[in-house]
Amino acid sequence: MDWFDDWALTLAVFIPAVGMLIVMLIPRAEEQLIKVVTLITTLITLGIGVAILADFNYDSARLQFNVKETWIDVINSNYHVGIDGISLPMLVLSMFITVLVVIYSWNHFPEPHNVKAFLALILLLEVGMNGTFVAQDLILFFIFFEIVLLPMFFMIGVWGGPNREYASIKFFLFTLFGSAMMLLSFLALFFLSDVQTFDIPALAALHGDGIVHGTQVLLFAGMFLGFAIKVPMWPFHTWLPDAHTEAPTVGSVLLAAILLKLGTYGFIRIALPILPSGAQTWAPWIGLLAVIGIIYGALGCLAQRDMKRLIAFSSVAHMGFVMLGVATLTTFGINAAVFGMVAHGLITGMLFFVAGSVQERYGTREMSRLGGMLEQMPHMGWILAFCAMASLGLPGLAGFWGEFPAILSSYDPKLPFGLWGGTDGTLWTFRTFMVVAAIGTVLAAGYLLWMLQRVAMGKVKPEFENLHVHDVHGAEWIAWSPMLILIVVLGVYPDLLFKITDPAVVKVVTEVARGVQ
Amino acid sequence: VNPNVDFHAFAPEIVLTATILIVVVADLIWPERSRFMSSRIASVGVLAALIPVITLAADGANRAMFNGAYVVDNYALALKGFFLIVAYVSLLVAVDYISDGDYYQGEFYFLMLTSVLGMLIMASARDLITIFVALETITIPTFILAGWRKHDEGSNEAAIKYFLIGVLSTAVMLYGMSIIYGETRGSTKLIDIATYIDHHSMTSMFAVAIFFTIGGFAFKISAVPFHFWTPDTYEGAPTPVTAFLSVASKAGGFVALLTIVKVGFFPSQDSWEPVLWVLAAASMIYGNLVALRQTNIVRMLAYSSIAQGGFILVPLAVSGDGDAATASFQAVLIYLFIYAAMNLGAFAVVIAVARRTHSAEIDSFDGLGQSMPGLAVTMSIFLFSLAGIPPFAGWFAKFVMFRAVFAADTPSAVVLGVIAAVMSVVAFFYYAKVARAMWFHEPSPELANTPTHSITPALTVAIGIAAAVVVVIGIYPQFFARVGELAFLGT
Repeated sequence: MDWFDDWALTLAVFIPAVGMLIVMLIPRAEEQLIKVVTLITTLITLGIGVAILADFNYDSARLQFNVKETWIDVINSNYHVGIDGISLPMLVLSMFITVLVVIYSWNHFPEPHNVKAFLALILLLEVGMNGTFVAQDLILFFIFFEIVLLPMFFMIGVWGGPNREYASIKFFLFTLFGSAMMLLSFLALFFLSDVQTFDIPALAALHGDGIVHGTQVLLFAGMFLGFAIKVPMWPFHTWLPDAHTEAPTVGSVLLAAILLKLGTYGFIRIALPILPSGAQTWAPWIGLLAVIGIIYGALGCLAQRDMKRLIAFSSVAHMGFVMLGVATLTTFGINAAVFGMVAHGLITGMLFFVAGSVQERYGTREMSRLGGMLEQMPHMGWILAFCAMASLGLPGLAGFWGEFPAILSSYDPKLPFGLWGGTDGTLWTFRTFMVVAAIGTVLAAGYLLWMLQRVAMGKVKPEFENLHVHDVHGAEWIAWSPMLILIVVLGVYPDLLFKITDPAVVKVVTEVARGVQ
Repeated sequence: VNPNVDFHAFAPEIVLTATILIVVVADLIWPERSRFMSSRIASVGVLAALIPVITLAADGANRAMFNGAYVVDNYALALKGFFLIVAYVSLLVAVDYISDGDYYQGEFYFLMLTSVLGMLIMASARDLITIFVALETITIPTFILAGWRKHDEGSNEAAIKYFLIGVLSTAVMLYGMSIIYGETRGSTKLIDIATYIDHHSMTSMFAVAIFFTIGGFAFKISAVPFHFWTPDTYEGAPTPVTAFLSVASKAGGFVALLTIVKVGFFPSQDSWEPVLWVLAAASMIYGNLVALRQTNIVRMLAYSSIAQGGFILVPLAVSGDGDAATASFQAVLIYLFIYAAMNLGAFAVVIAVARRTHSAEIDSFDGLGQSMPGLAVTMSIFLFSLAGIPPFAGWFAKFVMFRAVFAADTPSAVVLGVIAAVMSVVAFFYYAKVARAMWFHEPSPELANTPTHSITPALTVAIGIAAAVVVVIGIYPQFFARVGELAFLGT
């Protein structure tokens, strides 16, 4: 299917854009029509995703569905898209979550309603997310990476909670600062590399040749700021709890499930292969920040009273595991990181869905006021329990395969020489990280079970005793069951995902290893 | 001796001059009720002047006249086309405002077109005296335009401040030029000055002269610390005039500076680069930080234009380093093009909103997303573009600026680039302030009861053109990039 090979990714990125334009042309009062058009658009996009899955060659590490057309000739930047085993799961996850988010929103749009604007923004967000995962040109990547900001800014600012203005601008300024520094690094890279190009595969194929170590470390710092703020890594995480707490449910889900992954994806796709020796110097520091994030996030969780804020802090901790996996620079660790990205997307996305539904029914997320959900809404309660288990890394569910291998991989990271002297120093540094991260999993079990206990167990509080609450309703079942099923499937049969990611991860690590020698 | 005049090369200027004369005469002989025709004649004349620009571009030959003091090449043609299009959009922005005020219509268009004529001359000027004459032709009409609302104290203050400081800066600049004339043993042509600098060692007197000349231009482009007339003049002048000042007339100043640096002073980097570096850094830092505190949107846009001026100066300030020259000059031009589209668009929306609310406070934008969603969407596009957020054209302007910085690749250039990066993040905060008012706030009760005007056709077209440029160039910057590249081919 030559035609499909050439057009699949372009369609995947721009069908949502077309859908957005159509939505914008429909009068605001035609809400039903707007919803149907949006749903169809996202379904077609997902359909393309499924077709890509079917057509993908899982044994190859090469870029597939590769398309390269001239775009801005003058600055030598091309419209270059393509996917490998690392981008594919993220791309499909993004399409998948967008459909579910539209279904979930069907009958409950947050105030001030305005279905048209809300759905148009979701579609625009999808353009940015899909585009980031397929871009193979630094400038194209940058554009899509930034496009994501606007819809999320408006989503938080217009449909968010009481403190929405502060949260939305904080979100935007943090990310913008990071991406400005990232752009500077990209440009410097352009002028320093022998080939003067923005092409990601071409730059990766050089594995940092011609750029001296010190410069690589500096350039890596610029990219690090861009990506680490997005992840977010401690100490750049402070925008995240605010953004999550204020964002509407759907915004939180998209933020947690996809937007945070743009950062980790950027590390794996761009920063590591293009600047291997910079990455090597930075790796122990990234590992350090990652484990600080794990512990800090967990302790932060234990101090929360708001359920959504707790889940937000748990994101900081989980992304810490992902970054620890990345920092090891091993195939094992990076495979775990990609798995962790998908698993966190599904599990934390679900937790935010549940938190949103709780808020909608009780009008509060204050954990001290909630309780006895298992009595009042048994289905919802059990779903929450299931997600909490998955999130704390229970074997047999998806969360386990992100955390456990990441911890394990830091036992023997491939770092011949690091900042702290010889091989042994780095080795023991990472082994220390391993122990700290393991303690983090214990804390994770602690805060998640504690949340579960306060929200789901016990007696219903007097103020809500006579409140009639509807258990999980139709739209919620449709939106949630695919995610719940996937959490189990990936937990039971993780090879499903590891098989896809492994060849591409091996290629990335080989490139890094070559650049380090 | 009769100078050899190439009438084809002069055709755009001739068409525009004819239009100016027709506007003046028509205004005298036509009865009061037909006065609105002046605007029609003016716009047709501006568009007609574009035709010879196109034929000259198609012809492609470089034409030099008056001993090389007046040149028509790619660079001049690209700028003439740019100035005429900007003039057309400025006319569209002004026309309803002017006819509502219902007096002195003919004079308004006469003055504005005269200023545009100065810009066309500026694009071709390659000699200190021609540049000076062009600059004064641009500026003097705008003194009067700033005071056009003659019964309004703010407008009078705006005009007087602008006039006094404009005259002062002219004096400083002329003084600098006269020293250059003396030092170079009597040359005013930029090329001769460059040759002189190439063959002689720099004297401190010459450096002072360059400093004075650039200082004079710094007033015109309102670079910090020569900016202090800008906020008051912009706020007091009629808003369409402010739009014209902040885009067209400012671009005129930048073009003068660009030409003089590129053709004349270029070999003596050490004397002008530090000056421009300081101007750029100070404008970016001061403009952006002060803009944060503004509550009036015109004043905010005034500080924003100071800051944007700083961004445009960045590539110029590093153009002497390494191989940065071409990339830098292109960056200045591309940034100017994009800046013109987004800033004119933003002012057009401000004027459209003020027709309803009669206010320029940022509060008056509260809830605009509900009452006039079309205006609010386009305004958001212009603001985010000014902030440099993709996919709107502003990102590419910032991009070429950073590209010049890294092409220069000196520590001082990179420091300037980092300042620019940090300041463009700061800038987002105040642009977002307006976006937040439009989308996140509820309209105040009195505002909610004000009926919504339909937007006049001229403003709609102006906003439409600006928005189309900002969106299309944002997604496909190759077009402007190519124009920027062509402009410096063969010069």
